[in-house]
Amino acid sequence: MNMTSKIDIKHLNLFYGDKQALFNVSLKIPAFQTTALIGPSGCGKSSFLRCLNRMNDIVPHARMEGKVLLDREDIYAPSVDVVELRTRVGMVFQKPNPFPRSIYENVAYGPRIHALFKRKSELDEIVEVSLKRAALWEEIKDRLHQPATRLSGGQQQRLCIARAIAVNPEVILMDEPCSALDPIATAKVEELIDELREKFTLIIVTHNLQQAARVSQQTAFFHSGYLVETGETGALFTMPQDEKTQGYITGRYG
Amino acid sequence: MNQHIVKAYDEELETLHRLIHQMGELTLEQIQKAMDSLVGRDEKLAHGVIEHDYEINHLETRIDELSIRILALRQPVASDLRTVVAALKIANQVERIADYASNIAKRTLMLTDYPPSLLMEDLSSLVKKPTEMLKKALLAFATYDVNLALRVWHMDREVDEQYNAYLLQLFDIMIASPQNISPSTHLLFAAKNIERIGDQSSNIAEAVYTMVMGKPFKESELS
Ligand SMILES: Nc1ncnc2c1ncn2[C@@H]1O[C@H](COP(=O)(O)OP(=O)(O)O)[C@@H](O)[C@H]1O
Ligand SMILES: [Mg+2]
Repeated sequence: MNMTSKIDIKHLNLFYGDKQALFNVSLKIPAFQTTALIGPSGCGKSSFLRCLNRMNDIVPHARMEGKVLLDREDIYAPSVDVVELRTRVGMVFQKPNPFPRSIYENVAYGPRIHALFKRKSELDEIVEVSLKRAALWEEIKDRLHQPATRLSGGQQQRLCIARAIAVNPEVILMDEPCSALDPIATAKVEELIDELREKFTLIIVTHNLQQAARVSQQTAFFHSGYLVETGETGALFTMPQDEKTQGYITGRYG
Repeated sequence: MNQHIVKAYDEELETLHRLIHQMGELTLEQIQKAMDSLVGRDEKLAHGVIEHDYEINHLETRIDELSIRILALRQPVASDLRTVVAALKIANQVERIADYASNIAKRTLMLTDYPPSLLMEDLSSLVKKPTEMLKKALLAFATYDVNLALRVWHMDREVDEQYNAYLLQLFDIMIASPQNISPSTHLLFAAKNIERIGDQSSNIAEAVYTMVMGKPFKESELS
């Protein structure tokens, strides 16, 4: 397999105070693919995800060791502008969290604060393209200036994805993006994830194993802060190499 | 292997194993009875074999239904998925073997018109290896024993050799006297069915190999 790694994580340890949450995790994230992170609650998936765009910087007592290379450059190097990093590595959260503003303003927010356009018409275009890429445009193009909070849960989550896309990131991190959605809304987001892969590198944390199997090309299984097994998704779900992985994905006692 | 958190899931997989076992036992019995009918020229026994074939077909249907149910409701992965897929294949192969038993019984009905011959009795030696293959292949499935599956697979060559030797004898007596041609043709078909039991058993062994190893069986990879 000859794939370029978009992110290369090397010997990552993470501590919250005295408590170690991640142990010597090394993982390569291939470009333009979706990597799924699975594992029991509290195994460190969200913590790991937050290391990839330095969200742990703002968590008190959090301390990280090891390296996270984005396009071979250390994102923890002193010269790195964290705000710029977070535009390159965007994030979508578990619960849709639109601002209490219009649909338009939700998407326009990022481009505005990062000054990504010169004319209003350019901003309009960014908003339209982002909503189209998030597969929401057709549903809401006639009510762009209505409050985002009036959208359904599934539409709100796609709006949050549009908002993440609007600043033209390279990587999108998603932490259980469908856990608050019904099956149809979930299917739409999954279809979207599959399309986004053309332009972005995606990493998704999910509790739904079937979802991991459906949307990802690479799966990483975490357990108690350790990365137990990584593999091509089809291989991991048919012939896992580790007993712990086998036990977890088949729903057996560990 | 550890148990599933959901007990009903374990029970369903156990039922699948039990049904395959039951189907296998019945099929072995059918083979034995078909051979006894042939050698003992027992038409009643032969009819019994033919009539009981539906039971095995019925078991195959139950295995199909249960497998599809497990696939739909449990969405099995890893070793569970491989077990269900193997069960589906093996049920189909055992059903075919049961058809061979019933075919042999049909030959009994035609052969009772002819005088007994030593070649008829030889068929009961010919059936020993394929029967052993079937028993072992089913045991390999029940115990996830890949080495046993490989041994079964290797036995098929011996079955082929015995079958070819038997054919030569049949040809000899057909050439010796045209009167022998009709009964010998029936024996030839019976022998062919016996040989196919070996083939199907070796397919079962391949399915067990894939189930345990998680990859397709390839002859070229055998050491
Ligand atoms: N901000 C935090 N402060 C202290 N401990 C934390 C914090 N966030 C997570 N943890 C701990 O780190 C471990 C991993 O948590 P988390 O990354 O949220 O796991 P997951 O996302 O796999 O459920 C847990 O033991 C959790 O209690
Ligand atoms: Mg989490």
